[in-house]
Amino acid sequence: MSATPSFFQTPSPPGLTGIKAWLLTHDHKRLGLMYLWAVLFWFVVALTVGFLIRIELMSMGRTIMSAEVYNSAFTLHGVIMIFLFVIPGIPAIFGNFFLPIQLGTDDVFFPRLNLLSWYLYMIGGLLALISLFTAGGFPDTGWTFYVPFSVGTNNNVSLTVFAAFILGMSSMLTGLNFITTVHRMRIKTMGWMQIPLFTWSLYATAWVQLLATPVISITLVLVIFERFFQIGLFDPDRGGDPILYQHLFWMYSHPAVYVMILPGMGVISEIIPTFSRKAIFGYKAIVASSLGIAVAGSLVWAHHMYTSGMSDVAVFVFSLLTFLVAIPTAVKVFSWVSTLYRASIEMTPPLLYGLIFIYLFSVGGLTGLVLGAAGTDIHVHDTHFVVAHFHFTMFGGTGFAFFAALHYWWPKMFGVMYNFKRAYLAATLATVGFMFHYVPMFILGLKGMPRRYYDYLPQFSQGNSLAAVGGLLLFSGIILMLVNLVLSLRSRQVAAANPWGGCTLEWSVPSPPPLHNFVSEPRVMAYPYDFSEIIARESQGK
Amino acid sequence: MDPVLGVDRAFWYIFVVSAVLLTAITLVMIYFVIKYRRKNHPTPADIRDNWKLELAWTVIPTIIALSMFWVGWQSYTGLRNVPAGTVQIEALGQMFSWIFIYENDKETENELVVPAHSPVQLNIESLDVIHSLFIPAFRVKADAVKNFPTYVWFRTKEPGEYDILCTEYCGLDHSQMLARLRVIPREEYLEWLEQEDE
Repeated sequence: MSATPSFFQTPSPPGLTGIKAWLLTHDHKRLGLMYLWAVLFWFVVALTVGFLIRIELMSMGRTIMSAEVYNSAFTLHGVIMIFLFVIPGIPAIFGNFFLPIQLGTDDVFFPRLNLLSWYLYMIGGLLALISLFTAGGFPDTGWTFYVPFSVGTNNNVSLTVFAAFILGMSSMLTGLNFITTVHRMRIKTMGWMQIPLFTWSLYATAWVQLLATPVISITLVLVIFERFFQIGLFDPDRGGDPILYQHLFWMYSHPAVYVMILPGMGVISEIIPTFSRKAIFGYKAIVASSLGIAVAGSLVWAHHMYTSGMSDVAVFVFSLLTFLVAIPTAVKVFSWVSTLYRASIEMTPPLLYGLIFIYLFSVGGLTGLVLGAAGTDIHVHDTHFVVAHFHFTMFGGTGFAFFAALHYWWPKMFGVMYNFKRAYLAATLATVGFMFHYVPMFILGLKGMPRRYYDYLPQFSQGNSLAAVGGLLLFSGIILMLVNLVLSLRSRQVAAANPWGGCTLEWSVPSPPPLHNFVSEPRVMAYPYDFSEIIARESQGK
Repeated sequence: MDPVLGVDRAFWYIFVVSAVLLTAITLVMIYFVIKYRRKNHPTPADIRDNWKLELAWTVIPTIIALSMFWVGWQSYTGLRNVPAGTVQIEALGQMFSWIFIYENDKETENELVVPAHSPVQLNIESLDVIHSLFIPAFRVKADAVKNFPTYVWFRTKEPGEYDILCTEYCGLDHSQMLARLRVIPREEYLEWLEQEDE
């Protein structure tokens, strides 16, 4: 089996050598890695911008930047993090790389479309970059582009919005590819209840991507039309309805938060059983909750709008539906924790990131209840409480799941193992920093500090300086984590095919996998998390 | 019940239940990770599901969630149902200040003066982009949108001074769009209302 060359080493056909072997590849694994480097680039950019925002807020008045720069900075931070990191992150990198392997197949259903998605992603990123330095500079509207402000401001809103439109196309095509792959390319011996949970979560996500993204695409085009042709759809000066824009915007952007979190939940559903060496508790309930979140999550968008002036009946309905989305999420958390019961747990960096995910994500989810309840939301809406809440879910949740996935699949993707000590140190640093960074924001929000605030009243200064200290720790922890991973590519400590004792199909192939993924016909287990063979093999080895 | 009290009780209810849940989940998780570490517990059990347990942790959270929804909704109705006899004031948001127009057409900028021990209704609109009027002390907030009037109401108590902030991002000086709420005794208020603008 060691004789099979990996997808890195397989010689390319003539005319497709060197850099072309990557830029024109149809191989889902190469595309996954190309996404990896692009996504990491944007992540570090947005992380740095976020860090600078935090430094600015460290003290009252001007600290390092003007109000104009600050307003563009938080917009830039939001746009990049949302459209170029959190939404594409896990599906585009790990989904592309592992979904076909987990399904026992050699590629996605539309490999060329997959390449096109990557190019769309790169073009979207490039346009965002260009919009920074041309015609009026980067928008100062916030990533939500609320009208009428976004229609009136002189900054480069149209180009940035167009960039988001292109990125939406990329996301939709990836979703389409995953849905078709799951249906059409799955190995014949694998039934629906034998699909690994990571792939299940991507499947649920893909439907949301495919069905919700067109709404934002249309809305963003309408904003561009409104700016160029003054149609009067959204601008109250021309008889338009700004609340309509908010409905259209959140009709995508709320389902999009489930596009962001579901794949992360899928990662955790892989990591917990592997290191517990025990079947995931309630496989079917987790599958059902993924689908339940995808459906129910599409019906709650207006909980972002309790203060907008929409009717009280709408507030009632959306608040009720919002609480119902909490149930499948709770079921997942209980299932993960129960998986640990009477398990045989091996502590590793991916598991540590996974456990931190469960804690941080629970805080994020539970504080979401305050925001879902109508009366309490009125007080904390658009304050730092919301900022802390969604960073707990998107950063503590999706972000830490992304880090967990990086550490879990790194040896499979590159065939090398990283330094554990540094990985633990980085995780600890980042988590401590995270708590000091975001917990003060909850308190600031409850005390009434609004979000998107360049300057603040004296009563908010203590919390903001504390958050700055946390921000510094968080920033250094994450940089250390990334450096540690990159260093492993140089030290080249070879990783085994199955270093963790996982039992989904990607662990049955060499690290890194060969071009066509499988050396022999993949053998699908009746139950995807059956560790009995791994346990038997280990006890024989001793 | 006083709407502020209603909202605060809803906060406490959700926070306390959440804190209990979070602590339980975290402690159980840490306990399992330590107790069942591989060195201690080399052979894992094979437990795949347990429908009774799963049913329980679907039904119980549903009940808790619905109770939170209800408490939240109740406190919301307190913020929305305006009692009779309110002092009516127009509040207009503009980049970057608040204008208040009183019943006798007196106008103030960035200062809202209201009588003590009285229900007050603010009818809110914007003159340009979207703003949002937020008075943390009274737990009220409503967006100011051009041509789409909204309102908040609150019941003042003893005289005092409070902050009014803009919570919908509205451009360059969003964070400078601050006003003061001054609650003064009723007689003083009536006198103030009749004074000519300075």
